[in-house]
Order: sequence, then C-alpha cells, then structure tokens
Amino acid sequence: MSFDAVAQQPKLLYLLQGIAAFAAVVSLILLALHQGPARRRAAALLLLAPALLLLTVGLLLPGLRTVLLSFTDSSGDAWVGFDNYVWMVTDPRALVALRNTLTWVVLVPLTATSVGLLYAAAVARSRFRTSALSVVLTPMAISFVGAGVVWKFVYAYRPAEAGQIGLLNQLVVAFGGEPRQWLVDAPWNVLLLVVAMVWTQTGFAAVLLAGAIRAVPGELTEAARLDGASPRQIFWRITLPSIRPTVSVVVLAQAIGTFKAFDIVKTTTGGQFDTGVIAHEMYDQAFRYGETGRGAALAVLLFVLVTPFVAHQVRAQRRAG
Amino acid sequence: MNGVRERLASRAFTSAAVVIAVLWTIPTLGLLLSSFRPEEEIKTTGWWQVFGSPRLTLDNYREVLSGGANSSGRLAEYFVNSVVITLPSVLFPLVLAFFAAYALAWIDFRGRDALVVGIFALQIVPLQMALVPLLKLFSQGWLFLPAWNLTGPARFGQVWFAHTVFSLPFAVFLLHNFLAGLPRDVIEAARVDGASHGTLLLRIGLPLARPALVTFAIIQFIWVWNDLLVALTLSGGTAETAPMTVRLASMAGTYGNEWQRLTAGAFVAAFVPLLVFFSLRRHFARGLLAGSVKG
Amino acid sequence: MRFGARPALAFIALAALATACGVPQDSGAPSRSTAACGPYARYGEHPGTKVTVYAENRDREADLFEETWADFADCTGIEVQYEGDGEFEARIQLRVDGGSAPDVAFFPQPGLLEHFAQAGRLKPVSAGVEALAKQGWSADWNSYATVNGTLYGTPLVANVKSFVWYSPTFFRERGLSVPRTWSELMAVTEKVAASGVKPWCAGIESAEATGWPVTDWIEDVLLRQQGTDVYDRWVAHEIPFNDPRVIKAMDTVGSILKNDRYANGGFGPARSIASISFQEAGTPVLSGDCAMHRQASFYADLWPHGTEIGPDKDVFAFLLPGDDPAGRPVLGGGVFTAAFADRPEVRAFQEYLASADFANARMRKGPFVSAIRGVDPANAATPVDRLAIQLLQDPRTQFRFDGSDLMPASVGAGTFWKGAVDWVGGAGTRQVADSVEQSWPSH
Repeated sequence: MSFDAVAQQPKLLYLLQGIAAFAAVVSLILLALHQGPARRRAAALLLLAPALLLLTVGLLLPGLRTVLLSFTDSSGDAWVGFDNYVWMVTDPRALVALRNTLTWVVLVPLTATSVGLLYAAAVARSRFRTSALSVVLTPMAISFVGAGVVWKFVYAYRPAEAGQIGLLNQLVVAFGGEPRQWLVDAPWNVLLLVVAMVWTQTGFAAVLLAGAIRAVPGELTEAARLDGASPRQIFWRITLPSIRPTVSVVVLAQAIGTFKAFDIVKTTTGGQFDTGVIAHEMYDQAFRYGETGRGAALAVLLFVLVTPFVAHQVRAQRRAG
Repeated sequence: MNGVRERLASRAFTSAAVVIAVLWTIPTLGLLLSSFRPEEEIKTTGWWQVFGSPRLTLDNYREVLSGGANSSGRLAEYFVNSVVITLPSVLFPLVLAFFAAYALAWIDFRGRDALVVGIFALQIVPLQMALVPLLKLFSQGWLFLPAWNLTGPARFGQVWFAHTVFSLPFAVFLLHNFLAGLPRDVIEAARVDGASHGTLLLRIGLPLARPALVTFAIIQFIWVWNDLLVALTLSGGTAETAPMTVRLASMAGTYGNEWQRLTAGAFVAAFVPLLVFFSLRRHFARGLLAGSVKG
Repeated sequence: MRFGARPALAFIALAALATACGVPQDSGAPSRSTAACGPYARYGEHPGTKVTVYAENRDREADLFEETWADFADCTGIEVQYEGDGEFEARIQLRVDGGSAPDVAFFPQPGLLEHFAQAGRLKPVSAGVEALAKQGWSADWNSYATVNGTLYGTPLVANVKSFVWYSPTFFRERGLSVPRTWSELMAVTEKVAASGVKPWCAGIESAEATGWPVTDWIEDVLLRQQGTDVYDRWVAHEIPFNDPRVIKAMDTVGSILKNDRYANGGFGPARSIASISFQEAGTPVLSGDCAMHRQASFYADLWPHGTEIGPDKDVFAFLLPGDDPAGRPVLGGGVFTAAFADRPEVRAFQEYLASADFANARMRKGPFVSAIRGVDPANAATPVDRLAIQLLQDPRTQFRFDGSDLMPASVGAGTFWKGAVDWVGGAGTRQVADSVEQSWPSH
C-alpha cells in the first residue's frame, strides 16, 4: 500500500481554495443585503441570482437543447421532424421500456409509501424509533453497485442438481419447487426489479411519514382513544387524514425518482430480458448506440410523463398558499 | 374488551414492523456475510451455508483495501478524493438553495409562484442529458464564459459544479417547503422592527431552518458519496481526482469475473455514509418531519 | 453544541485513519540508465508532456499495460495517464460530444472507431505509424481501422474467438480425440451425450451486453458454412440479416444450444444459458459435467484461480472446426488504438504502441495476444495464447472480425444481442432474424 500523504496536499489546498472562494461570494451577497433598506425585489434577486444562474446553465439550457435534439438524426445535425417520436411508439423495445416505466411508476411509489406508512405508524411513537428507522434506511447508504450485487444474489439461479446461491430459489427449492430464472422470465422479472427499487426507497418514505405522524397533536389521538377508538380506527380516521399532505409529497417524490430510475436496472439486468425502463433506454440509445436523436426523444417523453405530477404539485401549492 | 382489541391491533402493527425490518435486513445481511467468505464459496454455495460450516476470511477486504494489483493499492488516495469532492458538493448547494428558498418563501415579489414551480420542474431534466452540455461548457466555454480546461486537482471544480447544479432543484424544493410552512408572525415581527433581509436570513431563518438543512446535507452527502455517473464523466477517472466509487466499480476486473470483491467493496464504500447516517439520524428524522408538515 | 461535535470527531478519526495508512512511498522508480533507454531513443524526448489514454481495460489488465509502457514513459519523459472504464463504449461518445476527448483511445470495436472517424473527430495516423502498420499487420487487420482510404489507427490486442475449451483428461478417459471437422465435432457431441453428460455448456449473461456469446457462435458457424465472402456481405448488410443462409447457420447453432440433450452441461436445461454469466459458463468443464465450452482465447483469464492450461493440463482449447479439415476460418476480435490529438508526444506514443517491441514486452508480462507479424509466440504467457498467435500468423488462416463489432452499434450491440437472448429463450429463428433485419438503421 503506497500512499503519499504529501502528494495529497494539492488536493486539500484546492479544497480550501474552493471553499474560500465560495465563502467570499457568499459574504459579498450578505454584505450587499445588509446595505441599507434594500427593496424587496432587489433583495430577492440578489439571493436568487446564484441558484438561477447555475440552474439555467446546468439544467434549463441542457433541457431545451434536448428538446431540439429530439427532432434531429443520430448525429444531431440534420432535422428529421417527428421521426424519433414515430420510432418511439413503434419500436418494440421502446414500447417495452414505456410499459415497464408505467408499471414502475404505479407500483414503486404506492408500495414504498404504503409499506413505509405501515412501518412509520408502528414505530413512530416507539422508544426504538430511530434505530427502527435506521434499519430500513440502510439500503440508502449502500451504493447502487452494492444494491445490484445484493439483488443479483437474491435472484441468482443455479440448476436443481447444484446448491442454490440465490435466496429466493433456495426458498423455492426448500418447499419442493424447481428453481426458476427469476431475472429472465418476463413479465415477472419486472416486478422483481420493482421489489429491489422499493427496497431502496421505503426507508426514505418511512422517515418522512414517521416525522409527520409524530407531529399530529397528541390531544387528538388521546381524545379519540378515550372515546373508545381502536388503534386501527385512530390510524384511519385521525392520523392518516392529518398527514395527507405529507403522504402526497412522499408519493410525488417517489414517482419522480422512479421515472428517473436507472441504476437498479443497469446493475441487475442491464435492461435485458424486457426489463428496460425509459431512463435506461435513453442512455443506451444516446450513448451506447450513438442515436442522439432517439435518446433525446425518450428524454422528452420523460418530461411529458412527469408533467402531470408537477401540475398536481402546483395545484397543491396554490391551495396551501 | 376494548383493551384486548386495542392490544391485538397494536400487536398487529408491531409484528408488521418486525416483519418489514427483517425483510429489509436480510438482503444486506446476505451481502455482509458473503463479503467474509472465500471467493470459491461465494460463487458456489449460498451465504446461509455460513451458519453450518463457517469458513470466514478477510481476503475480499484485503484485496479491496490493498489489492494484489498495483493500481488497487491506492484506495486511500481515492478516499481523499471522495472527501474533497463531497464536502463542497454538499456545502455549496446547501447555502445557495437556502438563499433561494428564503427569497422564495419570505420575500413577496411578483412571479414568485411561477419560479417555485419552474425550479421544481427542473428536477425532471435527466442528468444523463445534461452531462454533454456541461462537459462542453467546461471544455469549450459558452457565450461569455471561458473554457475551464482544467487539469489536475482543478478538475474537482467541475465535479463540484455539476453536483451543485443537479441538487439545487430538490434542495430549493425541500427548503422552500420548510420555510414556507413556518409561522409568518415571527418574520413579520422582525420586519416591523426594521431588520434587513441580511439580518433576518442569518438571525431568524438560519436557526429555524437548521433541521431541514441537516436533512438535505445528509441526503446530499450520501448521494454524492455514492455517485458514479457524474464522477466517471467529469472527474477524469485516475487516482488524481476520481472518488472511491470509480475505483470500486473497476475492481470487478475487465471481464467482471472478480465480482466477489464488490461484496467487500460495497461495505467499504458504505462505511462513511453509514457512520454519518447513524451519528446524525436524530437530526435527519427531525428535519424531514419539519420539511413535510406543509406539503 | 452537542450537534456537530460527534460528526466532527468522526471526521477527525477518519482523517487520522487516512493519514495512518500513509506509508511513505519509495521515491519513484530509479532513473533509467542510458543503455536501458536505447530502444526508446527513436521516439525522441518529450519532457514535461502528457498523453491521456482511455480504454475499457481495468484492474489487473490496466496494471499490465502501465507496467509495459513504464520504461517508454521514463525514457521519453512523457507522462502516460491511463484511465480504464467499464462503460467505455457509452462514455467515449459522451466525452467526445462534450469536447473532452482523450488523446488516445483503445477501441474494442472497429465500428465505433469508424463512427468517430466519419465524424471527423479522429486524427489520421502519422506516416511513421502507417509504415509500421503496413509492415506489422495483414491488410485485413489494417482495413478495420481504415475509413474512406485513410488509416486512423493500429491494432493493439487480438482475440481468437473460435476456440472450444475442453478438458484433456475428460477426452482421454473417454477415448475422444480432438475433432478436425464439423462432423467429427458432432460425433464427439453425440458420443458424450449418449454417455449421459450434456456435452456443451454456455452462458450469455453479461449485463447490458447479455447475448453476445451466442452472436459469436452464430457468426462462427456462418463463417464455416458459407465462407468469408458471404460472411463479409452479411456483415456489410449487402445481403439481408435474415438471409436463408444465415437462418441455416442459426439453426445449426440451435441444434446444439437449444437442444436439451446437448446443453446446458452442469447448469440444467438449455434455457438456463440465459441466466448463466459468460464468466462462469465454462467451469463445468473442470468438474466433468460438460465436455466443451466455446469461448474466446481471453477465457484463459477467467478460469478459477489455479487452473492450469495446456494440452495435458486441466483445460485446453482447439479451433472450432469447419467442413474442410485443412481450412482455418478464425473469428476474432480486437482492440484498436486511435488518437484524437496529433501532438508530437501523442504521435510518439502511438508509434510505440504500433511496434512489435510493445507487443512482445506486454506478452512477457501476462496473457496477451497480438496479431502483429513481429511478435514471437515464445513470449506467450499461456499455451492458448501461443496457439492463438500461431493461428493468427498462419498464412492459411482466414481471419474475420466479430461481425457484431462491425455492424451499426444499435444492431451489433443492440438488437442482435437482444435477438440472441429471445432466441435462446425459445423464440423462433425466423422471427428473431426478421426482427433484427427490421431494426437495421436506414441512414
């Protein structure tokens, strides 16, 4: 193991420089804010400017560029009209990816939120709350490379004669069944990938919901309890209605995350065996196959699919505001 | 009667929680146990066999940490890179998003709602499609911005930039939700006293927003620490600037036949996030709670 | 300030840990003597310069590359910065699009090299490299790096794909001899099957690239049944993908791989080919659960640690035979170097890579096959590498490049692989061939 601490100094120096430069910018903004009774607009602009500049350069313009590219050919130079969109709705592989994405986006947020809600309701007022929540949050700390290995292990296939290395097939064999090629057999493999995704997402939902449940005023549930309501009734009649806004935020965040899901597919099946999703197919088309236009068209499809969720959030915000 | 039913119901809740906790732990446990097994056993028998005939070894960890190959013996360098990448990539968006969220939540100006929605909507721009334009910006410059053309440690700057940009929509969304949900009378009272926005931001906004800031910091920390896509694209991939994830991803070998190393690698990489996570979990839950009150 | 104290402590502890790991490095390699630098004098001196290299070889293979050119780097003063990435094929596009192309890239597919040459991104090779290429490789090999009459790169690595791995012990015990024709091969197959062992084992799982070993099988058989001319025209899409001759080759492969009597030895029914990773697919050969495994020369690296390779060792390989015992149809793959820059130091490095000196030095370090004429088979690290080099140097050999690497990426690395997966899973030959044909890009 050769590690030269001295050789690391330029990196640390650069780190300090970077943070110092950033601190200087921040101080300038704060200083300007302190100067006199700034007008509201000016103050807002000053505070928003850095974020808006970065967002414009890093996301807004790339987004617009993607829309333009979706009307061009594989090299991104010649205009082809709606060809890429026609391809998207006729190519069997793209259609499979679309079907899977819709399956994912229905199942993942619902399952992750329901399981997370159940778990949160059970542990929110328990003494072991933080430890219990940490258990379901651990998958978040494991990188997607690690999660891929985890789930390949669970679903691994070995012939009936040999010993199983996959947990699921071991269970099947233990109950006298034939081992199955879980990741190969469509359409079940899609559902099994959904399970893997839910595994990574549930902890996040549980923590958010546990927080919300704890915020429900104790007097409310206490009063209901004195009136003879069962825990189940309290959950359905008091707790759930009080935390409905949080539930909708969680579902929304999960849905957006699911639309963009890419790593689980990449690390388990690589999109083979009809398990592809749009985010993964987009990467394949744009980079692996050099079909920039098609990749961009799939990205635009993602925008379009997410729009209803954004619109819903807008309405919710209006109502609340 | 009532008491029995109540106890039964709450026992049902508790057992459901236990089942979930067990289900969620088993896959990770399998990986953890596997990481201590010899290569040929990982590849031929199930990890539960370890209970019957425990043959444990640290070989996988040894290979990951020091490695038989000379390029793998430098995990410590990649570790330093991970730290250098992660700290600013958490700090920068945290501060910038806090500023933006403050302005959007507590300063009344026209077009405010539209901006909130617009920033929120940017979450859907797929990262993969934003990488090429970002690379172009760095290598060729854009409009009035000069090319960065960075080499050596300066490449870290590109990674910081990318992580900051990509995390801003979520950060602004989270912090804005939180700040907008706080009671307005506190702020109004301070405004009446004639405090400037600078004072308000630091004296009132910052302490109140702390839970949400901590929450975001933890999420972002884990995200950046585990990121592979941005790192591979922008960091240059060598021991000079690439983070641990890049090194671990390549440990499976050119043909992917050394994947048993990934079992140990996953835990080596997860060590720091888990540490951060467990030491800050109280703050994490509190912040998320507060962030979600309003919805 | 309870909050903050703990993470801060944790961080300090980690920092201490990181520092503790810091064993002082020995002060670099000893500087080379002038004598050792003699062979590198022709590349000139380029002190203070740097060449970036981007390729898909990682871990041990990356180390071997770096060790091989360490002397070159020391003597010329060029710092060679190597980066290996498992996502090379996808990320090279991203980098070039983003204007941060590497100086030199090692392309595993000529199709990808051609794509960047057509787009005007690659620099044609220098006159010096061109001379080395003409002298070092056959016209066939050079043609894969030639686009519109201009040479853009040189071959670096060669793989012979048409090998059948077997256990010499298994063959000896059953009185089997290495087949020299296709019918002999089928006779061996039948004999093993009759004894109750499934003769063939295969696996095609390879993440995104799942399916490629079956496409190699099909190409190999097509090359044997129809010869180089039909093969070339099929790859160039001058005859359709679903031509009857291709269907016939696919059905021949299917009579082995989709046949539950012949496959999948050690792994169960023929369909299990889809779930078995290509890395582990050959292991039943060692246990005698399977007699033969068709896989490239690089599979030498993938046998479990400690497996010995040789005509009288644990495993060895023979060339997949054709109908004519004298024929040497060889399907292969390879890696090509090409440059996105033409600075003098990049030129010098490219010239070094194109020399037989590099190939010989690299072979002495570990398993490696090059098709360059000046390479000495005696330097080969394994008997299979030696066999591969002898085949590549044999004038009777008709070498053809892996067709899926030459087809447009959306077919060769997309629908063809996917079609192979569906086909192994039970889809009909006709149906799969038709769908691949339909997916061929029109532009």
